[in-house]
Amino acid sequence: MSLLTVQNLSASYGHSQVLFDVSLSIDAGEVVALMGRNGMGKTTTVRSICRMMASDGRLEFAGQTLHSLPSHGVARLGIGLCPEGRRCFRDLTVRENLIAAARPGDWTIETVGGLFPRLSERAQQRAASLSGGEQQMLAIGRALMTNPKLLILDEATEGLAPLIRQEIWAAIAQLKQETGMAILVIDKSLKELSLISDGAVILERGRTVWQGRMSALTPEVSHRYLGV
Amino acid sequence: MIPERAINAAVICGLLAVPIWAVMADEIFTITLTTRAVILALAAVGLNIALGIGGLVSFGHAVFFGLGGYAMGILAFHAQTFTPLDLGLVSVNGTKSMPVIWVVATAVSALAAWVIGLLSLRTTGVYFIMITLAFGQMFFYFTISWSAYGGEDGMSIYVRNGFPGLNTLVPIQFFGLCFAALCLALLLQWRLRGSAFGLALNAARQTPERVETVGLNPMRLKLLAFVISGAITGLAGALFADLNRFVSPTMFSWQLSGELIILIIIGGVGRLMGPVIGAAIFVALEHWLGGLTDFWHVWLGAILLLIVLFGRGGVIGLLTGKAGPHV
Repeated sequence: MSLLTVQNLSASYGHSQVLFDVSLSIDAGEVVALMGRNGMGKTTTVRSICRMMASDGRLEFAGQTLHSLPSHGVARLGIGLCPEGRRCFRDLTVRENLIAAARPGDWTIETVGGLFPRLSERAQQRAASLSGGEQQMLAIGRALMTNPKLLILDEATEGLAPLIRQEIWAAIAQLKQETGMAILVIDKSLKELSLISDGAVILERGRTVWQGRMSALTPEVSHRYLGV
Repeated sequence: MIPERAINAAVICGLLAVPIWAVMADEIFTITLTTRAVILALAAVGLNIALGIGGLVSFGHAVFFGLGGYAMGILAFHAQTFTPLDLGLVSVNGTKSMPVIWVVATAVSALAAWVIGLLSLRTTGVYFIMITLAFGQMFFYFTISWSAYGGEDGMSIYVRNGFPGLNTLVPIQFFGLCFAALCLALLLQWRLRGSAFGLALNAARQTPERVETVGLNPMRLKLLAFVISGAITGLAGALFADLNRFVSPTMFSWQLSGELIILIIIGGVGRLMGPVIGAAIFVALEHWLGGLTDFWHVWLGAILLLIVLFGRGGVIGLLTGKAGPHV
């Protein structure tokens, strides 16, 4: 049984429908890439899964339907979101950001510090004063502090310097290898995604146009739907 | 610039030093003034938990101040008239015991804060301000027409309530009680601010939607903060009524709610000692300038204007050179 099942998901902003019968599934320990050009519905799919907006269709996580849950209920069930744009709690220090999100489990301030040593160095620094890359690490660390079964990374490397991007990708690879955590990754870098992902889903104008094993993704498909 | 810890220590020492000096100089009224400042500070500390940490601009905190006051007034009234207090299903006797009154005052205020919070926290911004103001006005007009307890004229309590082992009629002893209550409330605020709950509340103030994504319910966080806040302000109301031995509908007035907000802004929003400094300045202005002119509020307004325009961290922000996170 899949850890996350999304079936025939539809969502709208007002009268404008943006998702049309999107389907995807993620098994425990699996890394799935959610891909597509800008404005194709990737973030809307994530927002729907996390119940941050209303949607129709089947949404199940660990055998439980998500539609009846509020957003914080979804997070408590085990879906950790690292949102697009980082959105750290700017007035809190790094340590305070992590404490505020902490839930019981293996992930603690120390283990997050082990994954991102920079965060340990900046523990007493306010989030607003961190660089973009450090804020991204903090956003991932904060999501990990909720001890999720599924981690969703929405554009986790967007707008970052190449060296920082490498650090983030290395951390994601480490998460996959050492924790066996299921991860849904949204990113535009097909090269890194193909190295790390087991499965892939491509959205085009709010519809699932391709899904399967990442190894089965052909250059023709990626060129047609991703432009690369 | 002065470290905030040094300012905090100086404020506490100053609050203790003034009444001790007053006892030695036989300036009894100064002790009463300091006690008034301490009680107003306590009320503002309560509001500072909701406003400073949670970002809840409550314009109806006088409700809890008034409820605390009336809890004291009603219990003491029935004790001094030897009449039972009819609660519908049961009748209870009044009491002149401060600890009992404090428990009742905080419980009633907390309950009211829970009910008001449940309704008002569904709104934000100006709507939250207006709904809390509306609750304040509801209680204000209710007590005006509550003739059983004095109506518009209020109610006098002839003898100050008692505390085991103390003579509360001695001003310095009553000051000691109020000061102890303030210190406990400050300790609670300090511990809350650094706790997981306080940090989550602070985060909910910044970005409620993001707080939800880490599994926290912002409504529940804010409601709990509002209840704690209301309970502390209610305790201050009971002490204030005991200080004056008088309760009246003015304890529910919107002006009092506004003054509590002003105290916090002057001292520093979200700062530990912000309400204490604000209350001290307020009482000092009220006493000295009030003796010179009936229009002393104009000067208070001028100070508020200067603080808002040029020192958004309040007096503490100006002294430390740090505007602070909660401005």
